[in-house]
Amino acid sequence: MRYMMLIYSKETAEAMSAEADRQIREGHRAVMEDATRRGILCGAEPLSPTSAATTVRVMEGRVSVTDGPFAETKEQLAGYYILECRDLDEALEWAARIPTGCAGSGGCVEVRPMRQTSASR
Amino acid sequence: MTEDLRKTIESVFRQESGKIVAGLIRISGSFDLAEEAMQDAFASALSDWSELGLPDNPAGWITAVARRKLVDYARRERTRRDKQDALTYETPVAAWPSDLGVEADMLVSDDRLRLIFTCCHPALNEEAQVALTLRTLGGLTTPEIARAFLLSEPTLSQRLVRAKAKIQQARIPYEVPNADALPARLASVRKTIYLVFNEGYTATAGDSLVRRELSSEAIRLARVLHELIPDDPENTGLLALMLLHDSRQQARVNAEGELVTLEDQDRSLWKREQISEGLLLLDQALALHRAGPYQLQAAIAALHARAATPNDTDWREIAQLYERLYELQPSAVIALNHGVAIAMGVNLDDGLHAIERIGQSGELDSYYLYHAARADILRRLNRKSEAYDAYRRALSLTANAVERRYLRRRIASLGS
Repeated sequence: MRYMMLIYSKETAEAMSAEADRQIREGHRAVMEDATRRGILCGAEPLSPTSAATTVRVMEGRVSVTDGPFAETKEQLAGYYILECRDLDEALEWAARIPTGCAGSGGCVEVRPMRQTSASR
Repeated sequence: MTEDLRKTIESVFRQESGKIVAGLIRISGSFDLAEEAMQDAFASALSDWSELGLPDNPAGWITAVARRKLVDYARRERTRRDKQDALTYETPVAAWPSDLGVEADMLVSDDRLRLIFTCCHPALNEEAQVALTLRTLGGLTTPEIARAFLLSEPTLSQRLVRAKAKIQQARIPYEVPNADALPARLASVRKTIYLVFNEGYTATAGDSLVRRELSSEAIRLARVLHELIPDDPENTGLLALMLLHDSRQQARVNAEGELVTLEDQDRSLWKREQISEGLLLLDQALALHRAGPYQLQAAIAALHARAATPNDTDWREIAQLYERLYELQPSAVIALNHGVAIAMGVNLDDGLHAIERIGQSGELDSYYLYHAARADILRRLNRKSEAYDAYRRALSLTANAVERRYLRRRIASLGS
């Protein structure tokens, strides 16, 4: 089953230290290499910060466009992985390895099974 | 059908349904199908047994019939699928083993262990864990669980449906966790079992008979856990702890439904058999020299159980045990109990100081037992007006009728 791992981090104004930045990159590289080696990596991308986000909503046929993310929360969606795992326990093990920190504050990973549609089979 | 037969079937359900359903889930890969098959099999038992008499092995009979039902469902499902042209979404039916008929030992203990871990998986919320554990492993019916938790049946059914859907959709595994994950997962299982126990034990509202059932059920589940993983001393400690607490059940509440404190309990009402079993189990656990929170709590309960009269209680030893417990689980409530043990075992003033030091953080300010404990020591010190104020404060913080009556009695006794 494919699981999407949604990475939520705090967006901070101040720049990260070079060392913290390096550690996070290293962490992602390790997870991606390992997942690739096992042939379970289906996708992984980082996102630009929510300051670059635009939300589109269609209401009664009218398109409304607003600046910013869908929801203003403490932690924002920062990137994702899609991994093919045997079951939730395996997915949770992978999720625990994904770096989520940002400028010293910890984030979290939401693990969501991807719905199996006839097209994806 | 005779009343006897109905009782027999009920007791088979209570005792064996956890085992049976665990095996059926392994075969079918689905909680719902397993439950349906088992219900159908019990329904067949009602009619068949009244005609043909009781089989030699009722649980084996139910299991065999339920497995045949599973084969029937699989056949029915295949036919339905063949007729259907296109399915938009895959129906979450697990892969069916092609040879359902092969001899598989249905009653292997591993199945129940797998089921315990699935039901108590941390990806399910605590309420769902409790409901699912009682429903599938505990042999309690949905109405019984609903009554015990003072919930409506639809609410509880909803909870179960959601939990089972999550197991299916997120693919929560039906297996014993690997060695790395095992300690944390076992802790989660023990927590759920103890939660069930306390719900039954400390309950003062609701249908008391059904609630009693929760405590016995928790003890039964802890027995299963202890049986399946006997070399984990915390499993043994949990079973011992619950047996020792439960042994006092009769003495805790008097005929008028009033709460009776440990000090005032009629110790002849304590169940000796449960106490000796609890003490034996605790000794077994402690012999492994891997003390944990449940063993320490059981050791404290054991010191109370061993005391023939309240004056014989070894409060100094209890204070030490609370100190060790606090090292493992630093919480204000444990510190409070430690203070009470000092008051009882060393001297009242030291205990009062200890308790008031904990009170300074303000963390326990809205906790009624903090004020009740403080009041109790002040009463023993004969500082009546301060005791009065503290009891009043405690009274303002609890809505529980039995606890309120107890505090009122204490307040009234100060005047005499």
